Amino acid sequence: MLQLERRPVDSALMRWASPVLALVLTVITGFVLFLAMGRDPVEGLRFFFITPISDVIGLAELGLKMAPLLLCAAGLTVCYRARLWNIGAEGHFLMGALGASVVAVQFLEADGFWVLPLVLLAGVLAGVLWAAIAAGLKTHLHCNEILTTIMLNYIALNFLLYAVHGPLKDPYGFGFPQSVMFGDSSLLPALIPGTRLHIGLAFGLLAAVAVWVMFARSFVGFQLNVIGQDHRAADFAGFSARRLTWLAFLVGGATAGLAGASEVTGPIGQLVPQVSPGYGYTAIIVVFLGRMHALGIIAASALLALTFLGGEMLQIAMNMPKAVTGLFQGLLLFYLLTCDALIHYRIRFRHRARESKVMTPSTAAGEA
Amino acid sequence: MEMLTNILAATVVAGTPLLLVALGELICERSGILNLGQEGMMLMGAVAGFIAALSSGSLLVGLIAAIATGVAMSLFFGFMAITLAANQYAAGLALTIFGTGLSAFVGSGFVGNSIEGFTRVAIPVLSDIPVIGRVLFDQDPLVYVSFIACAGVAFFISRTRGGLILRAVGEDPDAANANGLKVQAVRYMAVAFGGGMAGLAGAYLSLAYTPMWTENMTAGRGWIALALVVFATWRPGRLLLGAYLFGAASILHLVLQGLGWNSPTELLAMLPYVVTILMLVLLSWDPARTRLNTPLSLGQPYRPSH
Repeated sequence: MLQLERRPVDSALMRWASPVLALVLTVITGFVLFLAMGRDPVEGLRFFFITPISDVIGLAELGLKMAPLLLCAAGLTVCYRARLWNIGAEGHFLMGALGASVVAVQFLEADGFWVLPLVLLAGVLAGVLWAAIAAGLKTHLHCNEILTTIMLNYIALNFLLYAVHGPLKDPYGFGFPQSVMFGDSSLLPALIPGTRLHIGLAFGLLAAVAVWVMFARSFVGFQLNVIGQDHRAADFAGFSARRLTWLAFLVGGATAGLAGASEVTGPIGQLVPQVSPGYGYTAIIVVFLGRMHALGIIAASALLALTFLGGEMLQIAMNMPKAVTGLFQGLLLFYLLTCDALIHYRIRFRHRARESKVMTPSTAAGEA
Repeated sequence: MEMLTNILAATVVAGTPLLLVALGELICERSGILNLGQEGMMLMGAVAGFIAALSSGSLLVGLIAAIATGVAMSLFFGFMAITLAANQYAAGLALTIFGTGLSAFVGSGFVGNSIEGFTRVAIPVLSDIPVIGRVLFDQDPLVYVSFIACAGVAFFISRTRGGLILRAVGEDPDAANANGLKVQAVRYMAVAFGGGMAGLAGAYLSLAYTPMWTENMTAGRGWIALALVVFATWRPGRLLLGAYLFGAASILHLVLQGLGWNSPTELLAMLPYVVTILMLVLLSWDPARTRLNTPLSLGQPYRPSH
């Protein structure tokens, strides 16, 4: 009979083995699912995991999807380390995209190096502003941040829809709800010429490094860690929960806002309603899978970026619904949390026969 | 008068899915478990109910499938949150992300199909009362189910032995365990009830409210329900009031358009979410009062020592 037994010390090995185990279990489940649907599982998994990144163009597309995930995840890492459950990266992202677009359409003809920084800054500020609402609601009005950030996500989405159907709508866009194409001076430069990969990926990698420095080397990172692990200890040490909450939220808003701005000024070049396929939500999985560590979230963002490409590939090659991406992501997070139990517990095999010998009448009654 | 009656009747309909899912979450939270997976379970209930009803031709089969799917989903969550004592926030989020993905995957072949959904059944005599008759007693059968469920939950929590056990487990699992109550079993049952109600609420959307399936058709109702439980300070009576309040907020843009008010639909569609935040502000500004009402062990992982 299987039993969970508390480990005296959390397992450092399992902390890093758990994501790998979760991935293996997800792949096995995928294999079974393909079989169940009467498809060739080997071919299916190959289309999902390997075909999308088998050439330079594919790798560039991977980097393209990694950029927003990594930026959002870096900001969320700061929040989650302090146990602030900010689910609002999607909203920060959308507002960042909207903010950047509002500025970009003012400078369609302008020519100058200052246009792009201004556009990106607008995106960052919009993201920060959106996160500040949730921070203020949390610190001054004691509202649960999970619920407020989720609601703010829906409000941000409706703002964006309003903008592309109303004030930002391209009058010559054949009625499509989208903005005009931005001017060249508002567009991010390419990272690899000939591909769509832009310097947004560099922003993402920089953000991950910054998070690493913050938690490995800075006092404020230490304070965030303490407040996350033991709120009372942080209180005794005199760390200001209010100040740290604001900091975490603003960082989260800034990075996700930049991600949104990079998306509209990068691969898309205009504001469209479907600017995000759920990057802000997927980034949550990236943070958990990446163990809230810079290197971890870089690897995890690559894997989850691949799930977007793999979903598209399966749709094209095997005529399967694109929603396979969300299914894969959900399974992965599910397995991850299940495997994470092995960090704190180990599995023991117990023999019922031996147990029954030492059973006293009272425990026997309890068993029945 | 005719107009007001119609608005009130539409409010009840819009509030019904919220009431159903929130009742389940209320029971769940009273046992000390916070399940953030409502949105995912609702979506799964909606898609399962729709597919089952479409292929069997029976709405009842659809309902049963939706409830069973909700329960199955919630047991996944229960395994993580109760048996493995995982972080409930993360486990609930996982359930929502998984449910959103799986429902879109399963339902992708059924978008665009439509069925004959639940229709109104007037209750004799009662439905003849002016205004109230049309608003409360001339609705589809699931609305009546939601009334009964609300009364049942209220009675269960405050008047039965089972309700007492539920509350004991939610307030102090250690003490409950010491008294010989099976904390884990009670919590599993509460979580399963929450899953069944979420599935039913999802089925209400895909079989009665708009009898069809579209991706993400819950539009955040599962999350609003979580706020509703806080709003109701974990009491079923206030939940009923809150659900209709939110129902009113979510149909307000239709009402205003009907009155010839021409503001952009996207801005008005924000209303339920804005109202949710305002409600949270109103209710949470005093942390001491929130603490007083919240089940003490809510969200804390618990494993009995033996």
